[in-house]
Amino acid sequence: MQGIRTLFLLTGLLCLACNAFAMEHLRLATTTSGLLAVLLPPFEQANTCKVDVIAVGTGKAIKLGETGDVDVILVHARSQEDTFIDKGFGLDRRDVMYNDFVLLGPGNEASIEPGLPDVAAAMAKIAGTKAFFVSRGDDSGTHTRERQLWEVAGITPSGKWYLEAGRGMGEVLMMADELQGYTLSDRGTYLAFKAKTRLQIIVAGDPRLFNPYGAIMVNPQRHPHVKADLAKKFLDYLTSKQAKALITGFRAEGEQLFYVQ
Amino acid sequence: MGYLTDSLMTAVELIFSFDREILAIVWTSLYTSFCAIILAGIVGIPCGLWLGITRFRARRLLITLLSTLMALPTVVIGLLLFGLLSRQGPLGELGWLFTPLAMIAGQTVLATPIVANLVLVAVNGADDRIVNTALTLGASRFQAAVQLLREVRFGVMAAIIAGFGRVIAEVGVAMMLGGNIRGSTRTMTTAIALETSKGEFAFGLALGLVLMTVALAVNLFFNLLQQR
Repeated sequence: MQGIRTLFLLTGLLCLACNAFAMEHLRLATTTSGLLAVLLPPFEQANTCKVDVIAVGTGKAIKLGETGDVDVILVHARSQEDTFIDKGFGLDRRDVMYNDFVLLGPGNEASIEPGLPDVAAAMAKIAGTKAFFVSRGDDSGTHTRERQLWEVAGITPSGKWYLEAGRGMGEVLMMADELQGYTLSDRGTYLAFKAKTRLQIIVAGDPRLFNPYGAIMVNPQRHPHVKADLAKKFLDYLTSKQAKALITGFRAEGEQLFYVQ
Repeated sequence: MGYLTDSLMTAVELIFSFDREILAIVWTSLYTSFCAIILAGIVGIPCGLWLGITRFRARRLLITLLSTLMALPTVVIGLLLFGLLSRQGPLGELGWLFTPLAMIAGQTVLATPIVANLVLVAVNGADDRIVNTALTLGASRFQAAVQLLREVRFGVMAAIIAGFGRVIAEVGVAMMLGGNIRGSTRTMTTAIALETSKGEFAFGLALGLVLMTVALAVNLFFNLLQQR
C-alpha cells in the first residue's frame, strides 16, 4: 500500500516537473526536412520553444492542417494551397523559397538526349518511345506538377509504360533506376540519391519546373487550440533576412537547393 | 465521430460498387496471398512434420531458429529479396522485381516459418503412439507421417489460416518488392498506405474494412472446409 502511494506521489511530482519545464511546442507539417535542421534552431532559441516537424507529403500535410493536428504547414503545391485557404482552413500564406524539379532518365541508354530546354516536349518524346515512366501517383506536389506537365504536352498518359507507383520520391527514384525508366523529381531528393542510382538529368531549368514553397498558418478560428501567436512569429521568421540567409546558404552534395525571391 | 461513420459508409459503398479498380486491388491481394500460402504449405508442412517426428541433436536449436524466423520483419524480407532481384543482384535477369512474382516470393518467405512452427506445435500435441502404431502395422515412414498429418489436420488448417492472415495483412514486402503500381502490384495494404500518405484517412480506413470483409469471407470458406 505504502509502495503504491509513493508511486502515485512520484508520478504526480514528475508530471508537475514536466509541466514546469515544458516548452511551447509548435507543430509543423512539411515535405522537406534537411533544410529545417539548420533553419529551426535559431527560431527555437529565440522563442524558447520546440518546433515538432512532421515530415509528410503535401497531400497529407494539408490534411493534417484541415484536421487541426498541426499549427503550420510548409508545402509546395500552389493550387492545393489556394484551395486550403479558400475553404477557410488556413490563412496568411507566405512565399518562403523555391527550388526546382528535374526530369530524369536512365544514365546509359537514354533514348532521349539530355539537355533539352523544353520539359513538355521531352515528356511527349518519352511517351512516344514507350520507355517506362514512373509516376509518384500519390497526389503529392511533385505528382501534381507532373500531371500539369502532361497536360501541357497534350498527352493523357496511360498504358503499360506509365507506372503509377503511389510511393515516396526516394522509392520512385529507385524504381525508375531499376526499370531504366524516366521520372520527375525534386532536385533535393535527386541529389540525395545521385550516388545510389544511375539516373541522369534530361531536362532542368525550364521555368515550368520551378517549385515554390508556401508556409500557411492553420486558421485559429477553425481550430482554437492552434498556437496563433507562435505560428505568426514563425511565419515572420521564415521570411526574415536571417532565415533567407540560412536558406540560400544551405547546401546538399555541394549544391544550392533553395532560392528566395 | 464523422470520421468513423464516413469510413464505414465508404467501405459499404466500395464493397457494393464493384468498382473495377477496387476489384483489381482485392484480386491482387487475394491471388498473391493464396499463391504464397500454398507455396509456404508445400515447404512448411513437411518441415514442421519432420521436426515433430524425428529426434536428433540439433533439433532444439533448429526449433529455436524457426521460431525466431517468425519475428522476421517484413521490410527485412523485402530488403533481402530486393538485393537478390535487383538488376545488380544475382537473380536480376529474371525481371521479377516490381511484379506480383516478387511479392509472392517474399510472402512465401514470410509465411513458411509460421506454417512450419504451428504444424510442429500440432504434431507435438498429437499422440506419440500414432506413428509407432502405424509403423508396427507395417506402414512405411512416409505412410506413418501421412497418417499423423491426418490426425493433426485441424492444427495444420490453423497454421495455414494464421499464415494467410499474416500474408494478406502485411505491407512491407508488397510495398518494397511490388512497388504499389496501379493496376499491377497494388494490394489492399499498399493502397491503404497510399491513401494514408495522401491524407485520405477515411478512405484508407474504408479499404481496411474491405480487407477485413475479404478476410472474413476467406475464413468462412476455410471453416466450411474444416467441417467437411
